[in-house]
This record gives sequence, C-alpha cells and structure tokens, in this order.
Amino acid sequence: MTLVVEGTSIEVDDEGYLVSLSDWSETVAEAIAHSEQLELTPEHWAVLNVIRDFYQTFEHAPAMRPFVKAVGQALGADKGKSIYLMTLFPGSPAKLAAKIAGLPKPTNCL
Amino acid sequence: MALHTLNQPPGNIECLKRCLSALSEGDALLLIEDGVLASLPAYAAHYDQIKVNISLYALQADLAARGLNDLKDNRFIVVDDGGFVDLACEHDKVVSWY
Amino acid sequence: MPDKKKVLIINRRAPYGRSNARDSLDVALTCGVFEMPISILFADDGVFQLIGNHQAGDIGQKNLSANLAALPMYDIDQLFVCTESLNTHGLTFDSLEHSATQLDQTAIQQLIQDHDVVLTF
Repeated sequence: MTLVVEGTSIEVDDEGYLVSLSDWSETVAEAIAHSEQLELTPEHWAVLNVIRDFYQTFEHAPAMRPFVKAVGQALGADKGKSIYLMTLFPGSPAKLAAKIAGLPKPTNCL
Repeated sequence: MALHTLNQPPGNIECLKRCLSALSEGDALLLIEDGVLASLPAYAAHYDQIKVNISLYALQADLAARGLNDLKDNRFIVVDDGGFVDLACEHDKVVSWY
Repeated sequence: MPDKKKVLIINRRAPYGRSNARDSLDVALTCGVFEMPISILFADDGVFQLIGNHQAGDIGQKNLSANLAALPMYDIDQLFVCTESLNTHGLTFDSLEHSATQLDQTAIQQLIQDHDVVLTF
C-alpha cells in the first residue's frame, strides 16, 4: 500500500504503519491522521512528541500502560489518563498514536 | 595452523576449556557471538594457562552489541567481518567450537 | 477478581546469542500489560543482560538494553541479580546499567518460595 503526500508515494503496511520510519515528517503525520479522520491539534502534537521520545529512548513503541505513564510524566498527571488519550486518539490510542508518529505497531498491546 | 572460533558464553565453560586445550602453536582463536563474553578479564586465567603461542581475536560487532568495548581483556585484537574472512583465509582450516 | 498470581522470571542466558533474553522480556512486558506482579532474577550468563551501552545494530538485532530500561514504565521494578554470578563473571554492581537488588543463594531460594509461578529462560 502507498500513501501519497505532496506528490510523493510513501510505502505503508496493510494497517497503515510506515514501512520505513525515516519516511516520517510532520506533513506525513498529518496525512496519516487525515486517513484516520483526525485533524491534529497542538494537544495531539504534544502527545505525539511524547511517544516519539519514548521510541527514541526505549527502542520500541509503547503498549497502552507505559504510554499513559509516559504522557503523565511529560505533560502532567491530568494528561496521563487513558480517557484523555482516548479523546485525542479514539479506539486504541497507543496504536493510533504510534501510527501517526511514524512508529511500528506496538507489540504487547491489546 | 588453524583458526578456532568459539561462540559459547562463559556459562558453557567446558566448551571454552575444551577449545583452549586443543590449541596448537601458531593457531588463532576468534571469539564470536556470545563467545565474546569470554574476553572479560574474569576469564584471563584460562588464557594465562595456554602453553603455546597463539593469537587472540574478538569480533567487533558482537563486542559492541553486548556493551563490551571497554570491558574486554586488552589481549584480544578486535576484528570486523572483513578481518574474520582474512583470518579464515590465512589459516589452513577453521575449527568451530559451539 | 481473585488475587493475581505472582510471577518470577529467571534469566540465565546471555543476550543476543539465543532468543531467550528477548523472549523473556516479551513475557515480562505482556504480564506487565495485564498488571500482573512480576519479579525478574538475573543469574548465571543472564547477568550479562544488565551490562549497558549495547549497540546491536551491526548484528541485526534490537537493543535489549534500551528495552530493559523501559521496565519501570511497565511498573516492573522488582529486579534481582545473583551476587555469586556477578562474582563469577568479574562484574561489579557499579558496572551494571540496570540496577537490581543483589541476592545470595539463600535469598534466591526464598524468592522462589515467595512466587506462585516461576518461568525460566
């Protein structure tokens, strides 16, 4: 599968995750979000930066529990809640945020 | 002259001992995979006991993967994959200890 | 809901040469997702997993050390290391990247007794 961003074709897997993580850019993130019927707000971006930092540090995309914890540590306890992340990234926040952030699909994630 | 390769971690100390006892004058020993852990100074005594002149090598990528670059015994010469090939070519046989 | 079983994972293998260390971590993280109480003991060649500064890209593997660093994020903080194994391999407690409580043989026996399920890797 491919995703076309500003005339460039980018390869994604069957579920929409980037095949090559180096293809990611903020524009690509917006395109992935758009394909998921999401418009990215500053609140989304704050969380996306947290999940990208997590990946840099720990070299894997987090499951929901550590994702919530990481957001809480970085953005404050009021943001480190499943319900908050569910409003930003409906359905499965850890998977959806990872996808938009250009990370692999989280393993160990239910 | 033979190149001996060892890929077993120190937990399998019998493999290291068997390998070291089989070395002849002029042979080379190259530690690869988990075998590079046997380059830690804790195992120096095993190499001290070798009666013949041999050369000791350890594979660079395997050392780096396990965080051993600064921990290994200095007697080990670090080689990359190309160096591994060179060693294999320079010796008339390769003996694998695994 | 009945009390969750306490799980002890015993790591006895060196990282990378075999898949044991990776498999063990997958089990630990999965148990963490289920909020099961997990303890991890590193013994024998398993203590080599606690050495830091891994650069595993050149052997085509993921950096186990970075993944281990994430354990606290999964609320897994009961980490133990066998003192005798550290001594055998000439490793000092200070040389380890990941901190773990040192246990002697008697304490390890007690640790096993204190858990409902013990998985060895």
